[in-house]
Amino acid sequence: MTIRTLLSAAAALALTAGMAQAQVVGFSQIGSESGWRAAETTLTKQQAAERGIDLRFSDAQQRQENQIAAIRSFIAQGVDAILLAPVVATGWDSVLEEAKEADIPVVLLDRQVDSSDDLYLTAVGSDLVHEGQVAGEWLVSAANGEDCRVVELQGTTGSSPAIDRKTGFEQGIAGHDNIQLVRSQTGDFTRAQGKEVMESFLQAENGGKDICALYAHNDDMAVGAIQAIKEAGLQPGEDILVVSIDAVPDIFQAMAAGEANATVELTPNMAGPAFDALAAYWKDGSVPAKFIQTESKLYTPSDDPQAEYERRKDLGY
Amino acid sequence: MQRTLTQLAPQLVTLAAVVLLVWVVFPGFLDIRLVDGRLVGPVIDILKRGAPVALLATGMTLVIATRGIDLSVGTVMAICGAVAAWAIDGGFGLGGALALAIVAGLVAGLWNGTLVAIVGIQPIVATLILMTAGRGIAQLITEGRILTFTHDGFAWLGSGTLLAVPVPAVIWVLTGIAAALLMRRTALGLLVEAVGINRRAAALAGVNATVLLIAVYMASGLCAALAGIITAADIRGADANNAGLWLELDAILAVVIGGNSLLGGRFSVAASLIGAMIIQTIDTGILLAGFPSEYNLVIKAALVLVILVLQSPRFAAEWRTWRAARAEPRPAGQVQEDAP
Repeated sequence: MTIRTLLSAAAALALTAGMAQAQVVGFSQIGSESGWRAAETTLTKQQAAERGIDLRFSDAQQRQENQIAAIRSFIAQGVDAILLAPVVATGWDSVLEEAKEADIPVVLLDRQVDSSDDLYLTAVGSDLVHEGQVAGEWLVSAANGEDCRVVELQGTTGSSPAIDRKTGFEQGIAGHDNIQLVRSQTGDFTRAQGKEVMESFLQAENGGKDICALYAHNDDMAVGAIQAIKEAGLQPGEDILVVSIDAVPDIFQAMAAGEANATVELTPNMAGPAFDALAAYWKDGSVPAKFIQTESKLYTPSDDPQAEYERRKDLGY
Repeated sequence: MQRTLTQLAPQLVTLAAVVLLVWVVFPGFLDIRLVDGRLVGPVIDILKRGAPVALLATGMTLVIATRGIDLSVGTVMAICGAVAAWAIDGGFGLGGALALAIVAGLVAGLWNGTLVAIVGIQPIVATLILMTAGRGIAQLITEGRILTFTHDGFAWLGSGTLLAVPVPAVIWVLTGIAAALLMRRTALGLLVEAVGINRRAAALAGVNATVLLIAVYMASGLCAALAGIITAADIRGADANNAGLWLELDAILAVVIGGNSLLGGRFSVAASLIGAMIIQTIDTGILLAGFPSEYNLVIKAALVLVILVLQSPRFAAEWRTWRAARAEPRPAGQVQEDAP
């Protein structure tokens, strides 16, 4: 009831102001611990600028108390919506309730919270299992029915991306007995470990001659592994197919050089879908689904990798 | 030579045992082939992959011999790698990049040494400061991203070969030999040991302990700089978040497996280097064996525990007692006296 009256009031206001007043959105970002996170910040600012939204940005430097303080300050400023990339899953109930009482919609970006789902408008994120599945399905089509022995570079042991991307990949290749996962080890999501572990895979599999494809849980490990394959005298991309996840700029460089075959994008553009949902909500109060899944787009050398590299290299990855 | 070998016997036997163990699990372990003018094989990989820890262990041995410890070496690696990558991208050329990276390592060592020797902060705390702050410095240099570069000369230091041997292996062996010669062919080693056993007594006897301590931390910084250069050259990029992460602990472990006392005094660079190779053999062996990755650290810890227990003086004494007792049964009282 209150929402409806407020909305009609807002609509009336918007009409009288002739939509000249820019919407104000507060964005509480976790920090800038990785290149991906930096790219997410850059893209959120770009998306806001494109839509004429006045974005108030707050960097929490990995601390939940900073995020809670930022949200309280956004509420005090009376912003029109809040974007939140929560650093942890728990402890958000009271501050989300405060936002709800102030009738400010909150959209979660990239990560989820444990709070009841009526405390936020929607969550935008990717499905990690689905990403692995897309990679697995690509390999099934690339192998084209021929026998293929696959080695896997896992992410940090026990981390949710590592578990989900492994599960997804196994689902993707399920039912195709020609594809066989022969070795799987953690490369800790880093280039150096990816290279070192790939070297041992090559040693263990007849100098690499028995390996038909590499699946890496992120692009950085794949980039390291590509160097190891080259140093072993094999041609990555031809002798050993390379498929990975994330779509960071450097993998497109490798792809342009013919050394990588496919990558599944974990888009840093979580803000675009979030702003779309908010625009619809502001317009006529339409409530989106509680989870908006971003597209896990597959990129291959046919997608002009050089252009993709140029497009991404300045996003802060 | 004979004496050195006798002193290194426990470490050499341990290394042989670990190699044997890995060979049982992975029969192709000792195969070495010549491919495209470079030696290829698991053993060669170990010599190459062990380079960062071996270099860090060389510097760490000297620091520990003075009764100190250097926790910052992993972070200094990240800083020096970042400096090198930044310099290459900035057009300073190979010589400029190497010089800047090495200077960065020496400055880091100077900082640690000053805190320890002049300000008088305990080494574990003094070096903890740089260990914590240093990654931030490295991230400032790389602007939080993986700073990549394309420079064949620099990349050669990480993945090239010299007379078919990987360059990183050549670098750590030469550094180790240089350190050992400098310590044992001059009085320097003796002075380091004197400071480690009793700094005050050494100072009273005329050793300039303050300068010596600073020099030792700078040597550790230099070794960390070389390790950082190799790591950055290997992946053709400086990864401020992950380069050298936790390697200080592996370096300390290498020194301990090498039989050096954490309480300072007598030391052996060669034994620490063998310790580093033992650790790398375990790491590579685990990867080759193909166990699920959840077991990696458990297996490593179990093997390290066994090695350290076998090397402990208590165990050695008990073993001698047990053997003596078997050889010629003696009254219980005498056996008791043999124990430490």
